[in-house]
Amino acid sequence: MAKSKDEWLQTTYPKAADRLPSYTTLSDTPVDPLYAPDDLPAWSYDEKLGHPGDYPFTRGTYPSMYRGKLWTMRQFAGFGTAEDTNERFKFLLAQGQTGLSTAFDMPTLMGYDADHPRALGEVGREGVAVSGISDMEALFADIPLEQVTTSMTVNCTASVLLAMYFAVAQRRGVSLDKLGGTIQNDMLKEFIAQKEWISPPEPSVRVIVDMIEFCARQAPRWHAVSISGYHIREAGSTAAQELAFTLADGIGYVQAAVERGLDVDGFAPRLSFFFNLHNDFFEEIAKLRAARRMWATIMRERFGARHPRSWLLRTHTQTAGCSLTAQQPLNNIVRVAIQALAGVLGGTQSLHTNSMDETLALPSEQAVLVALRTQQIIAEETGVANFVDPLGGSYAIEALTDRLEQEAYTYIKRIDELGGIIHAIELGYPQKEIAEAAYRYQQQLDRGDKIMVGVNKYQLDAEPPIEVLRIGNDIERKQAQRVRERKQARNAAAVRGALAKVKQAASDGANLMPPIIDAVRQEVTVGEIADVFRGVFGVYRDPAWL
Amino acid sequence: MPQRPLRILVAKPGLDGHDRGAKIIARALRDAGFEVIYTGLHQTPEMIAEAAVQEDVDAIGLSILSGAHMTLFPAVIDLLKEKGVDDVVIFGGGIVPAEDMPELKRHGVRAIFTPGATTQEIIEWVRANVPVRG
Repeated sequence: MAKSKDEWLQTTYPKAADRLPSYTTLSDTPVDPLYAPDDLPAWSYDEKLGHPGDYPFTRGTYPSMYRGKLWTMRQFAGFGTAEDTNERFKFLLAQGQTGLSTAFDMPTLMGYDADHPRALGEVGREGVAVSGISDMEALFADIPLEQVTTSMTVNCTASVLLAMYFAVAQRRGVSLDKLGGTIQNDMLKEFIAQKEWISPPEPSVRVIVDMIEFCARQAPRWHAVSISGYHIREAGSTAAQELAFTLADGIGYVQAAVERGLDVDGFAPRLSFFFNLHNDFFEEIAKLRAARRMWATIMRERFGARHPRSWLLRTHTQTAGCSLTAQQPLNNIVRVAIQALAGVLGGTQSLHTNSMDETLALPSEQAVLVALRTQQIIAEETGVANFVDPLGGSYAIEALTDRLEQEAYTYIKRIDELGGIIHAIELGYPQKEIAEAAYRYQQQLDRGDKIMVGVNKYQLDAEPPIEVLRIGNDIERKQAQRVRERKQARNAAAVRGALAKVKQAASDGANLMPPIIDAVRQEVTVGEIADVFRGVFGVYRDPAWL
Repeated sequence: MPQRPLRILVAKPGLDGHDRGAKIIARALRDAGFEVIYTGLHQTPEMIAEAAVQEDVDAIGLSILSGAHMTLFPAVIDLLKEKGVDDVVIFGGGIVPAEDMPELKRHGVRAIFTPGATTQEIIEWVRANVPVRG
């Protein structure tokens, strides 16, 4: 009979030999010297894990996982004009990428056309500029929409961009039920973390429920919302906060849709998720496993979902942008590879690997290629994809999974006590928790308690510069000019009529998607529809909590 | 009579919502004993220049991660000049390529801190380079 863990710690473990005064994960969770059966008291395999593809899905969403189908390799791309990004899309597909993912520029994301004064300096810089349906046509030129799945990262103007994508597909004779893809459309995490918004939380969630309802009926293969922890983590949260606030946002959407009168099993199978892959290898794997188990339980027990597909947490993941360093940027390739491996061992359905130059600029073609090849090496050389949840049953992994789950439920309970996630956001609860964690981590970095190689340890005095992608100002002038010309060429009466119908639906509570689709067909722009939202729903301002 | 504490406006121009750095710096400067006014997100250059004048600050720290630094830094500085203010120290932080720094400095940006800068480094720079305006 082996010693108990405590006994082993007392009698066998040589404390004087410790390299550090204490050991913690990236999120400051203490790490024990040993994980053993003692860490999993009253632990039941069936209850905590189940086989892959079985409730509660801790070991994997699907029974065969990557033996059946590799994860989707989906690199986020977008810059300059629609034509520039279309070229990058085709390059990525030619290199073996299996799905598209679109980054829009800040004006598009915030509801300003390229010719608006607030767009000055930002057109095509952080993503592709799309003001109207002609841009969307050019963005997906020569790409078979019925064959490729597309992800679009856009939130407060998601309804408009999705309407454009749908309208482009219909013009090409592709019916909406043939379209597969995802639109991020997660406003709750915008208020919490990424902070791109137009209107306050309540009407923002109403538009999202309109989209969930519309897609459930018309575009059943489309994921109308991708509930995102990625940005929560990038804003500085811990792993437990990322897990908790993401699932709390998910609870918020399901609650709102159920209150609208939708059948939970009618829309829940098309909810999808998006998590971060940060540096702490085991913590990240445990986080994804805990997320699956928690969501399955929440859907079945809290919302009474009956269909097993409603219990599944299917997730995209992306390596952590905030973990990358401007110093010695080639080191980022290694960070990304390790983070991506955590995503695969954690059972992700889809993955974006960051490019090594992203702390300096949007990625160059060469940097993107290395990032994509990193995934292909993990998938086809390392052999890890031949195993399903190979770390399941590891005492350390299971103890970490249980611990993250407990911490996350504590946050969710607090949010419930505050009256739900919308009220918690209005009170600034998740925002302040994250800012606190971000500040704490910065202090740890400044003191050298946490290490970033090349930044606070192993620095170089001089570094050779690397080639980065530059976006010129000519793109902004050209795009603004195009938008002005198109606005002049439109049928003004049709535009006025279409906008009036959008305004009507916004005011009277009818589903916004049909009038928005009609409007974008008339070359009504993102900025014009966002103006309707500003007028009817009001404008949300940053409470600027410190 | 002891000198009054420095007043610093931490501002977030542009459309992006990346406020992690701005908030950390605002808090670190406040903890270091400065009076800090944080504008919040999505400010236009006009809003920032106006706030600087209203709040009578000694320095403005601009946080820009969107790539729009070549537009937004000069816009704030030019607007301040239009208002007759040329003695407020302008510094900044964010993703700014090294090759853009000389032009920004020529335009009057005194220092730019890029990823990896410590809060202590920034606090010390402010102490050494920002005088109390008379």
